[in-house]
Amino acid sequence: MTEGPTFEESLAALEERVEALSRGDLPLDRALAVFEDGLALYRRCHAMLAEAEQRVTKLVAAAEGLTEEPFPVE
Amino acid sequence: MEPIAVPCEARPGAPQALTVSQLARVIRDTVRANPLLGRVLVRGEVSNLQRAPSGHTFFSLKDATAQVSCVLFREDLEALGFDLEDGMDVVASGEVDVFPRKGTVQLLVRAATPAGVGAFWAAYQRTRKKLAAEGLFDADRKRPLPAFPCRIGVVTSEIGAVVHDIVTILRRRFPLAHVIVAPALVQGPEAAASLRRALACVADRVDVVILARGGGSLEDLWCFNDEGLARAVAASRVPVVSAVGHETDVTIVDFTADVRAPTPSAAAELVSPDAVELLARVNGAGRTLLEEVRDVLERARARAAASGERLSPRGLRRGVEANRTLLEKARTALTAVAPREVYRHRDRLEAVGRRLDVLSPLATLQRGYAIAEREDGHVVARVAEVGSGDALAVRFVDGRIHVRVDEREEAP
Repeated sequence: MTEGPTFEESLAALEERVEALSRGDLPLDRALAVFEDGLALYRRCHAMLAEAEQRVTKLVAAAEGLTEEPFPVE
Repeated sequence: MEPIAVPCEARPGAPQALTVSQLARVIRDTVRANPLLGRVLVRGEVSNLQRAPSGHTFFSLKDATAQVSCVLFREDLEALGFDLEDGMDVVASGEVDVFPRKGTVQLLVRAATPAGVGAFWAAYQRTRKKLAAEGLFDADRKRPLPAFPCRIGVVTSEIGAVVHDIVTILRRRFPLAHVIVAPALVQGPEAAASLRRALACVADRVDVVILARGGGSLEDLWCFNDEGLARAVAASRVPVVSAVGHETDVTIVDFTADVRAPTPSAAAELVSPDAVELLARVNGAGRTLLEEVRDVLERARARAAASGERLSPRGLRRGVEANRTLLEKARTALTAVAPREVYRHRDRLEAVGRRLDVLSPLATLQRGYAIAEREDGHVVARVAEVGSGDALAVRFVDGRIHVRVDEREEAP
């Protein structure tokens, strides 16, 4: 299972960018870079919430130990 | 009394006598062949309880007219989950076997639960006092639940409404999480061991565990008063939320869990942040981001306006150009969020740029600099913009002179 940053990390990073900008001590080009960064994080958080589809599995005992198989949800 | 004559050897034609060992073996084989005795559930009162130095426990189960001797081996005793006592009403499960050496028929007890309200209550109180004395219920042992669980474990029966309710609520509230169901038996003598196994399996894979069961009788919920399960919950690697029965049912596991939820549905809500609230938080951060960058641009514009008059025409133009580039970048970024805001800004910034363009050169001319213009009025900033023989006007503070380009010499 490949995982990028979690939602929690992305949201924390976004709020960090907002915080950095609101301190108002960044040079203009830095501030714009931070802003662009923040914008990308904002879109990412949005997309994660909008597109998230929950995975539900159950643990099953198998020959090689425990495996997970899909748990039916209607 | 007449002594009983025991024949020393069999007479021809008479039935062959069995040895004692043979008889005992026949009895044992008969008992073992009966499927009913291989897995039996029996209710009775505990009496003559004795703990042997080996760690095994011997006792009888009796009712008004009969008794059966029983043994509880040490390893099963440890898994029992409560303390047996004389006079206690219990339901025991196990198998019947014969021990030829002593000629006894015994029930090998594998698991037991208290039966009847009195016995339940007594066993419950004993376990509760014991674990409370060890500090397992202390408030400072309780761990906070993770704010954003990536993986949520659910230990419960895989059939029935409880698992369905929990999964449905988690999907609705926090679809980002991966839910892992660890199926377990939730009633009967084997339930406590099954729940412990399921908890141990899932706790390594998740950030938080929900341990749940729907409502039921005192007997049905008994496995959640199991001492071993209560200890396993207290020792779990990740926080555990218990939700057993209805709000009024309080089991020993509820005391050792990090959080006790009144119902399984409430447990699901407790572990999951609400996606709607999260969206509001994301949007709030997006808005603030926009407002802040607007302020940043505003401050930059003010600085540029203040310093613009000290710049030479070339430097000024470069400065304006650089600001335009930055502005363009900001505009592109902002367009995605709030085009109207951005256009308003761009217009203002461009107006300022134009003002700087117009105002500054005049001040510069005053200081003795001159500006070369082509015939079309275009200000010449670079040698590359003119050709040999072009007519130019050179502007001074007090007028202009008209010249023709003789020779071009670009800086290396």
